[in-house]
Amino acid sequence: MIDFKRIASVLALLACFVGAPQAMAAGGTSHIEPANLEQDNAASLRRGARNFMNYCSGCHSAKYVRFNTIGKALDLSEEQLIDNLMFNAEKTFETIQSAMPAEEAAVWYGKAPPDMSLMARAKGADYVYSFLKSFYVSEGSPTGVDNLVLEGTSMPHVLWELQGYQSARFEAHKNDDGSETTAFEGFEQLSAGSMDAEEYDDFVRDTVNFLAYIAEPIRADRRKLGVWVLMFLIFFFILAAQLKKAIWKDVK
Amino acid sequence: MSRIEAEVGKPQGGLMKWIDDRFPFTKTMEHHVTKYYASKNFNWWFVFGVLAFVVLIIQLLTGIFLTMNYKPAAAEAFASVEYIMRDVEWGWLIRYMHSTGASFFFIVVYLHMFRAMLYGSYKKPRELIWLIGMLIFLVLMAEGFAGYLLPWGQMSYWGAQVIISLFGAIPVVGDALVEIIRGDYSISDITLNRFFALHVIVLPLALIGLVFVHIVALHEVGSNNPDGIDIKKHKGPDGIPLDGVPFHPHHTSKDLVGIIVFLMIFCSVVFFAPDMGGMFLEHANFEPANLTATPEHIAPVWYYTPYYAILRAVPDKLWGFILFGLSVMLPMFLPWLDRCRVKSIRYRGWMYKTALSVFVVTFIMLGWLGLQAATPTYVMLARVFSVLYFAFFLLMPFYTAMDKTKPVPDRVVYHD
Repeated sequence: MIDFKRIASVLALLACFVGAPQAMAAGGTSHIEPANLEQDNAASLRRGARNFMNYCSGCHSAKYVRFNTIGKALDLSEEQLIDNLMFNAEKTFETIQSAMPAEEAAVWYGKAPPDMSLMARAKGADYVYSFLKSFYVSEGSPTGVDNLVLEGTSMPHVLWELQGYQSARFEAHKNDDGSETTAFEGFEQLSAGSMDAEEYDDFVRDTVNFLAYIAEPIRADRRKLGVWVLMFLIFFFILAAQLKKAIWKDVK
Repeated sequence: MSRIEAEVGKPQGGLMKWIDDRFPFTKTMEHHVTKYYASKNFNWWFVFGVLAFVVLIIQLLTGIFLTMNYKPAAAEAFASVEYIMRDVEWGWLIRYMHSTGASFFFIVVYLHMFRAMLYGSYKKPRELIWLIGMLIFLVLMAEGFAGYLLPWGQMSYWGAQVIISLFGAIPVVGDALVEIIRGDYSISDITLNRFFALHVIVLPLALIGLVFVHIVALHEVGSNNPDGIDIKKHKGPDGIPLDGVPFHPHHTSKDLVGIIVFLMIFCSVVFFAPDMGGMFLEHANFEPANLTATPEHIAPVWYYTPYYAILRAVPDKLWGFILFGLSVMLPMFLPWLDRCRVKSIRYRGWMYKTALSVFVVTFIMLGWLGLQAATPTYVMLARVFSVLYFAFFLLMPFYTAMDKTKPVPDRVVYHD
């Protein structure tokens, strides 16, 4: 009987947490590799901020993100912010706006470049990391490239100068029922960029690290505060347990 | 000459007496707190009612502060949530407490209901408490559903789209009903506005009222216990149940320990995993509602998925809706479906124990299946578990009547 009760309790608790770490949503998950971010690495975040402002912010806004928030987290002074990151903003409380008008961008690309404030949270850091590494030359596409992670993307390969161009090798496989499926076999470098593969990976990783940071600027703070909150609760627990014991000592 | 006039000029008994002459303060406190006797052998399954109350308070308080900064308009809602997360002082904490609180409300309430099934708390004389509790559960489901639309993310929008359109399956009035709920031909600013009204006024008021009645009814008949026996049968010369201890200070001091343990788990999520891997805050909801792009995979939040799995398991739209509704309502009839004379699982036979174990597995599996994409294998599995879900309730009158029971003790027993 006691065994049953135990089993029942475990099962009921399981009911609450079953499947908690669900796999990231969105399709094409097979081509996604881990970004392995170091979210507390300030140097990486600073490089990421530089990369984002130089290569991304021309088209992508991050309209919920204020420069002074970034400055505080990355330990940058007001001058450093203005000199290094704020290309089209004057006051540090301003948010990151793209230089490109959304209506015209929609005409040029068929779809306005999405806001980046929450991209790393909506799609996952691994997704964005893999996306930026998976452009390949595709003849039929208006931009000359397609993307393995997001097929038919209207984004051009903005980072081609760094990564160079690559082609994707697909191979057709015959299934048992006679149908054919094409599977991705690998990338082949067509032209060299200014970075080698490892340097490019680091570049993308830093950038995605910054995107993950702006998606939830409070992350580091809440984790720090959480430790104190839990320590307080442990202390409070000890007191409450003693109180309970004292009050119940005569109950048989 | 009235009592009050007679005492003018000679203060006796102080402020407390002055109040008690005008309002039954001491009487109420004694009836509900200091002289409310509950069994001394409560195990931790009996803490979830208090925890549900704690979560209710968390939701009400954080909700008030969210309302001060949130904008219930389609054009502004998403941005105002980000404003709360980024620019409002401590806004992130308030919002994470509220979003985590929503999930924990259901965790705690599901466990609270399971406790009732373990120890037969819904049986005579507590049928009405159970019915009121089920009403609370229904209001809570509506409250969660209305609240989920408010951040105006992709999943808010499309989740609401899917669930509201279910009502369209009802013959004749279906389409009109869907329009009445939405207030528009599709989910729009108008829908968001009325869901906001429901979420912050109508449903919380109903919730508070029902919780009040739930507790009044409980304190009228007294709490159940792990042995499912009536502790009022054996009273001491002072009229106090021999196996009872007062709610305050005994149960309050014990509940406090439970509340702190709960807060440890709650705060671990709030501070270290507020998304809970996409379970408590879904990834797609970090994208603003887009009327032209349907997310690839729409699933309700985890606490609705057992019922959602049943809905999807039925091939016919109308029957799916009927069985979905039935699966939510069926637990209401437990007090009358259960024919066993013994309340507690401790003294019940193998049949009920087996049935309840299978039911727990069934409920978890349905919840998991409701989160997955509806592949043929999963739909098949969902059908099997849907049948098991209904069988648990519909066959209950038979297996509980046939079940062999053990003798029930006269006084409460400690089991460790």
